[in-house]
Amino acid sequence: MLAAGIVFSNIHDSNLPELTKNRTVASVPFGCRYRFIDFALSNFVNSNIFNIMVITHYNYQSLMDHIGSGKDWDLARRSGGIKILPPFITAHANHTNELYSSRLEALKSVSYVLKRLKEDYVVMTDCDVICNIDFEDVINKHIRSGADMTTVVKSVELNERITEADTVYIANEKGRVKDLYVNPSNMHGKADVGLNISVINRRFLEMIVTDSIAHGYASMERDVILKNLEKYKFNIYRYSGRSARIRSFEDYFTHSMQLINDHEFRNSLFSEKNRPIYTKVRNSVPTKYMIGSAATNSLIADGCVVEGTVENSILFRGVKVSRNATVRNCILMQETYVGENSYINCVVSDKNATIRDGRLLSGAPELPYYISKDQTV
Amino acid sequence: MYKKQQCVAMLLAGGQGSRLYTLTEKTAKPAVPFGGKYRIIDFPLSNCINSGINTVGVLTQYQPLVLNEYIGNGQPWDLDRAWNGVMVLPPYQGKNGADWYKGTANAIFQNLDFIRRYDPEYVLVLSGDHIYKMDYSAMLSDHIRRKADCTIAVLNVSLSEASRFGIMNTDEDMRILEFEEKPEKPKSTNASMGIYVFNRDQLEKYLIEDESDPSSSNDFGKNIIPKMLAGGLKMYAYPFNGYWKDVGTIESLWEANMDLLGHRPKFNLYDENWRIFSRNTPHPPHRIGNSASVSNSLITEGCDIEGIVENSVLFSGVRVEKGAYIRDSIIMSDVVIKKSGTINYSIIDEKCVIGEKCVIGRTKTADSGITVIGAGIVLDDGVDISAGEMLGSKWNSNR
Repeated sequence: MLAAGIVFSNIHDSNLPELTKNRTVASVPFGCRYRFIDFALSNFVNSNIFNIMVITHYNYQSLMDHIGSGKDWDLARRSGGIKILPPFITAHANHTNELYSSRLEALKSVSYVLKRLKEDYVVMTDCDVICNIDFEDVINKHIRSGADMTTVVKSVELNERITEADTVYIANEKGRVKDLYVNPSNMHGKADVGLNISVINRRFLEMIVTDSIAHGYASMERDVILKNLEKYKFNIYRYSGRSARIRSFEDYFTHSMQLINDHEFRNSLFSEKNRPIYTKVRNSVPTKYMIGSAATNSLIADGCVVEGTVENSILFRGVKVSRNATVRNCILMQETYVGENSYINCVVSDKNATIRDGRLLSGAPELPYYISKDQTV
Repeated sequence: MYKKQQCVAMLLAGGQGSRLYTLTEKTAKPAVPFGGKYRIIDFPLSNCINSGINTVGVLTQYQPLVLNEYIGNGQPWDLDRAWNGVMVLPPYQGKNGADWYKGTANAIFQNLDFIRRYDPEYVLVLSGDHIYKMDYSAMLSDHIRRKADCTIAVLNVSLSEASRFGIMNTDEDMRILEFEEKPEKPKSTNASMGIYVFNRDQLEKYLIEDESDPSSSNDFGKNIIPKMLAGGLKMYAYPFNGYWKDVGTIESLWEANMDLLGHRPKFNLYDENWRIFSRNTPHPPHRIGNSASVSNSLITEGCDIEGIVENSVLFSGVRVEKGAYIRDSIIMSDVVIKKSGTINYSIIDEKCVIGEKCVIGRTKTADSGITVIGAGIVLDDGVDISAGEMLGSKWNSNR
C-alpha cells in the first residue's frame, strides 16, 4: 500500500451550528442520501487507499453509526480498513489535557497511531469540501515533485466569503509555496485557495508532529509551513474539477440547490466513470409516486412516498409528502413527514421532522427556515 | 468449525423459468429482477433472515453466473456469518461420476453432507420462484407443536385454479390425508406452495430410499411426499393467508410488479417489520426534470426522468428523455428511452436502448399481449414493435 488516509471529522463544526448540534461536520447529510464524509471516503477507496483513520472530537455517535464496520465503502478489512480514533485523553485529565482545535493538535493527540503506519504517504482531508477527486493523481504528482507536502488548491476569484474562511497559497511557476495567507481579508482577484486536502510524506509528518509537540505549535499553516518555507518543500496541486466548500448554513442551502440546477456540478460528483460515491446502504424501497403527485426539477432518494407537489427540492430517504401538500425549494432530510394541505418553501428539515397538516412555512434562500431533528411544527 | 443449528434452509434455485422466455435466456429464474431494485430470490432470503434462520444452502444449476455473483458472500441479507450463513451449492463431480440435479429431491440428496455439518433437527425446503413475505419460524413452531414429520405450507386458492397446483386434502386438524398433483376434479383448495419443513431424520431416510428407486423422478411433489404419506408419516398442512405469487410467466411477473403500486398495494414492500434486503449498487438519487410527470409509479435511484411515466415500475439508472411516454410498463436497470418514444404495456429488460420516436407495445386491453424487449437490445429511431411481440437476443433491428 502506497498511502494511508486521515479524515478530520470535526474541524469545521462551528460553521454549521444548526446541522452539527447532534453530529460532526463529517456526518452532515448532503445530496439526498449522502453524508459529507462519504465524498472523502469514496475518494480514498476510488484511489485505492484502504487504510483510513477518522479523527473525531465530540458528537461522533452519528458518525460511528453511519460508518459501522465500513463495509459499505469496502473498508471492512482485516488489515487496514477504516478506524475511528476517539479523542485521546488520559484518566488523569486536567485542564492542560484539553481537546484539540486544529489539525496539528489533532495529529498530536493521535501520534501513537501515526508511528505505526507503514505507508510512505498520508493523504489528509477535512470533510467540508465536496468533490470527486482522484487522489492517485495528486500522490503521483507529489512523488514526482519531490515535495515534503503537497496541498490541493483551486484557482478561484476571491470574494469576502472566501477570504473570511480560507487560506490563500502563493506559489512559484514550479508549484512551490512561497507564501500563504490565512483568512486574508484584504486580498482580491484570482488566487489559489486551499481545499483542506494534502498529501504528506509519512516520515515528514511524524517528524513535524513530534517537533510541534516539543515546541507547543498549534497551526499547520502558521507554525509549520510559514516558518519552514525554505527549509522544506511545500507544493501545491491545482485541482481543475468542480468542488463546493460548505462554510455556512447559507452555503449548505446554495450548494444543495446547485445539485439540482447545475448539471455539470452534479455530473462531476456523481457521474465520474469508475468513481461512484458510496454511502451506507439502507435497503430502502424504491420511491413511490401516487396518483395526483406532481414532482418537477427535484432530486429524490429511495424510500420516499410522494402524493403532493414537489418542486426544486431535495428529498432524502424515507420522506413522505402527503396529499395536497406543496414542497418548494426545500431540503427535507431522512424520514421528514409533510402533512396534508401544507405549503412549505425554503425549508430545511432535519431528520425525522414532522410538518403538521395545513402548515404554511417559508424561509428565504439567504435564510432558510430550519426545523431541527425530531421536531414537530 | 460449524455451529449446530435447529433448522437449515435449502433453497431450490436451479429452475430455468422457461415460460419467462427471453428474460431467463441468460439468468436463472430466481435472479430475475423484480420491483425496482430486487431479484426474486431476495424474498425467500429475506424471509429466512427475518425468521431467524441463518443457515441457507442455495442450490443452483441453470445459468448460475448472475445468481452466484448476486448472492456472493450473503452480506446484503446479513448471511455472511463466521460459522454458517449462505452457501451456494452447485452440482458437482463425485467419485462415482458427475450428475446434474435430476430433480428437486435429488438436489437435496446430493447435498446431505451440507445439512449434516450443522446437525439440525429440521430442514426447511424452499423454492426461489415466488414473491411473498412469510414467517418460517411460525411454521416451524407449528411443526414442532404438532410433533409432525413433515409440514407443507398451503394457500387457499379458488376452485377453478386448483387443478394447476398440488392439492392437499386434509382432515379438520389439517393433517394431510391425501395428496393430488394437478387434479382434474380437486377435492379441496389447499394448494401446496412448495415450502416444506421436514424432520431431518425422516427426510434423510426417504431421500436415500428414493435415490435407490430407478423409476423415481426424484421430485418432492411427485415422489417424496406421496411416499411419506404411504409410509404413514405425520404430515400437516400449514395454511398461509398473505400475498403469494408464482412469477413464472410474463403475465404474472407483470401483474406482481403492478401489485406494488397504489395507496393500498396488494403487496406491501414498505413494511418496517419485514424488510426485504437486496444487493445495492451505488447510484445517485433519482432526478425528476422540469418537463417530467410521474404518477402511480415506482422510481428507483439513479433514474433521470424528463418524460411522462404512468402506472409503471422503473429500476435503477433508467433514463427517460423529454417527450417520451411510458405507461403500464416495467423498465429494468440502465435502460435508455430516447426522445418522444412511446412504451405501452411492455417489459423492457436491462441495458436496452430505445431510439427516438419508437413505439413499443399498444395500449393495454383485455386481450392484448405484453411486449417484451430482451436484455441489451438497441432499437434504432422510429422502430415500431407491436403488441405481444417478444424480442430475444437473436433479434436485430436491421431485419
